[in-house]
Amino acid sequence: MYKYDNYDQAMVDARVAEFRDQITRRIAGDMTEDQFKPLRLMNGLYLQLHAYMLRVAIPYGTLDSRQMRMLAHIARKYDRDYGHFTTRQNIQYNWIKLEDCADILEELATVEMHAIQTSGNCIRNISSDQYAGAAADEVTDPRPWAELLRQWSTFHPEFSYLPRKFKIAVIAASEDRAAMRLHDIGLELIRQDGALGARVFVGGGMGRTPMIAPEINPFVKADDLLSYLEACLRVYNRYGRRDNMYKARIKILIHEIGADEYRRQVAAEFAHVKTLGIDPPLAELERITAFFAAPAYDAPDVEPDRNDPDFAVWLDQNVKPHKQAGYAIVNISLKPIGGIPGDATSQQIDVMADLAEKYSFDELRVTHAQNIVLPYVAKRDLYAVWQALRDAELADANLDLISDIIACPGLDYCSLANARSIPVAQKIATRFADMDRQRDLGELKLKISGCINACGHHHAGHIGILGVDKKGVENYQLTFGGSGAEDVSIGKIIGPGFDEDGVVDAVEKATEVYKALRQGDERFLDTYRRVGLAPFKEAIYG
Amino acid sequence: MKLLTGNDLGSGAVTWWTGNGWSIHVEDAADVGEHGEATLLAEEGARRVNAPYIIDALPTEDGPRPAHIKDRIRALGPTVRTDLTLKPADPAAGDWII
Repeated sequence: MYKYDNYDQAMVDARVAEFRDQITRRIAGDMTEDQFKPLRLMNGLYLQLHAYMLRVAIPYGTLDSRQMRMLAHIARKYDRDYGHFTTRQNIQYNWIKLEDCADILEELATVEMHAIQTSGNCIRNISSDQYAGAAADEVTDPRPWAELLRQWSTFHPEFSYLPRKFKIAVIAASEDRAAMRLHDIGLELIRQDGALGARVFVGGGMGRTPMIAPEINPFVKADDLLSYLEACLRVYNRYGRRDNMYKARIKILIHEIGADEYRRQVAAEFAHVKTLGIDPPLAELERITAFFAAPAYDAPDVEPDRNDPDFAVWLDQNVKPHKQAGYAIVNISLKPIGGIPGDATSQQIDVMADLAEKYSFDELRVTHAQNIVLPYVAKRDLYAVWQALRDAELADANLDLISDIIACPGLDYCSLANARSIPVAQKIATRFADMDRQRDLGELKLKISGCINACGHHHAGHIGILGVDKKGVENYQLTFGGSGAEDVSIGKIIGPGFDEDGVVDAVEKATEVYKALRQGDERFLDTYRRVGLAPFKEAIYG
Repeated sequence: MKLLTGNDLGSGAVTWWTGNGWSIHVEDAADVGEHGEATLLAEEGARRVNAPYIIDALPTEDGPRPAHIKDRIRALGPTVRTDLTLKPADPAAGDWII
């Protein structure tokens, strides 16, 4: 893992001191809320329905046990004993007091963490593949590049006041586990004739105008990547709409001028930027890459004993192949049946930290699906890990099944939401609580947003649910056919919306149609794409 | 009736204007009638409350009930964590929201 150098630490410490002063002035009444709001947002502090909410950055979803324990400590000391892991691979605390915020950030800084650029119209936390460094199908480890982008984008003087927020994802595998093409910029690291570079996709996103990022460049050499991204941002910064926040994202700019024209402008800007010497020297790349060296693998290649049937189910569902023989990738579901997607208690966070330290070379990942990963677990230790997870109520074997639901906080917490998301997720998970039934349905990615901002990624759900406000009453629209993976697509609304119980019934009917029509190993998404909406609509609306 | 609400500057907690101060309990909220805007500006100017706004509510035997579900959730707490609401000992309290 990357470790702060003196510059990193000094910058974060200085920001804490600066924000402490700003908070003091605000509480003393020396600043209005209008003056203070942009300052607190730059430090990840929102005002939500019930309290302040603090969003803490977890760069590319990677952290160690010391940092994970600090997250538990913050939840225990300053919040209400739990945290909420988000679709941006971050964590949010829902009950923060303004007067505590500087102390929290100071404690986070002691373990190389902060909340900088987790809000505001800047480049947000770089997201990545949660299996980075462990996946058998990656061409390289994307984390050094994600770290390079983190350093480039942090406090970037030109890009601190963009027309709108800006999200970048980096992957290096053919399987897209980071919804890469639904980001403002998506990078897929590839090799071409032995040389490392990236396919560059620009202009994707969800929100009220979902778009799949078009490919702007099929191969940018690694040596040119930072300059190319600088050019991409500069063109956006120059021409992005600042007059209308609903049209200010880069996807709107590219949609309006066209990918070809955007590509031409980026190429022209790149020719200039490349003369400025932005790309880091090889020595700096090597310095960063060295932090992500493979761990000292030493476990024998033994298969775990499958005699315990519950353990065997968990193995099949939540444990994924590793590129190193003798090791496996463990997914910890934060989606207990009837629970709140992405929430974990302080005690559970501590348990996961302990397991990472003992069994996963001290490393964890947060996934955009609001789960946790132990990336380097020896197969011989899997049963012990599972037992510890089971004791902490963290062993739900439902990865990628219908109860592994992404849900935004919704109207229970969020000031922007129009409808509650969590109760719908809970009811659907409970309806499908029978694990045999879930496994029979197979991979089915269900995602729920409580408003059109789509923090719950409903556009990318095989089944998506969007909560809307219909004359003061919660109403839920269904979408089918979305995907955030390499077969990326945007879901389509299937018809009139439902009340809370109605949407649960509609989802169940859709699964019955799927079971009746599926062929071979088809997933729900495959069957929907093959047969179209009509049979589903007939069953649901009759 | 109309209520004035906002969030406490320090704690961020939801607060309701009582006529001469702020309370976290919606039962204490006063009908600000047509004078809410003046109170809002005065309180915001005094920097005692964040993001104040005026809402519609219905008077009931148990006190004011905000017209919109969003403000009823603000008044009580998250429906999915009754233990974190203002009435953690009353499992039926959530019915008031819906």
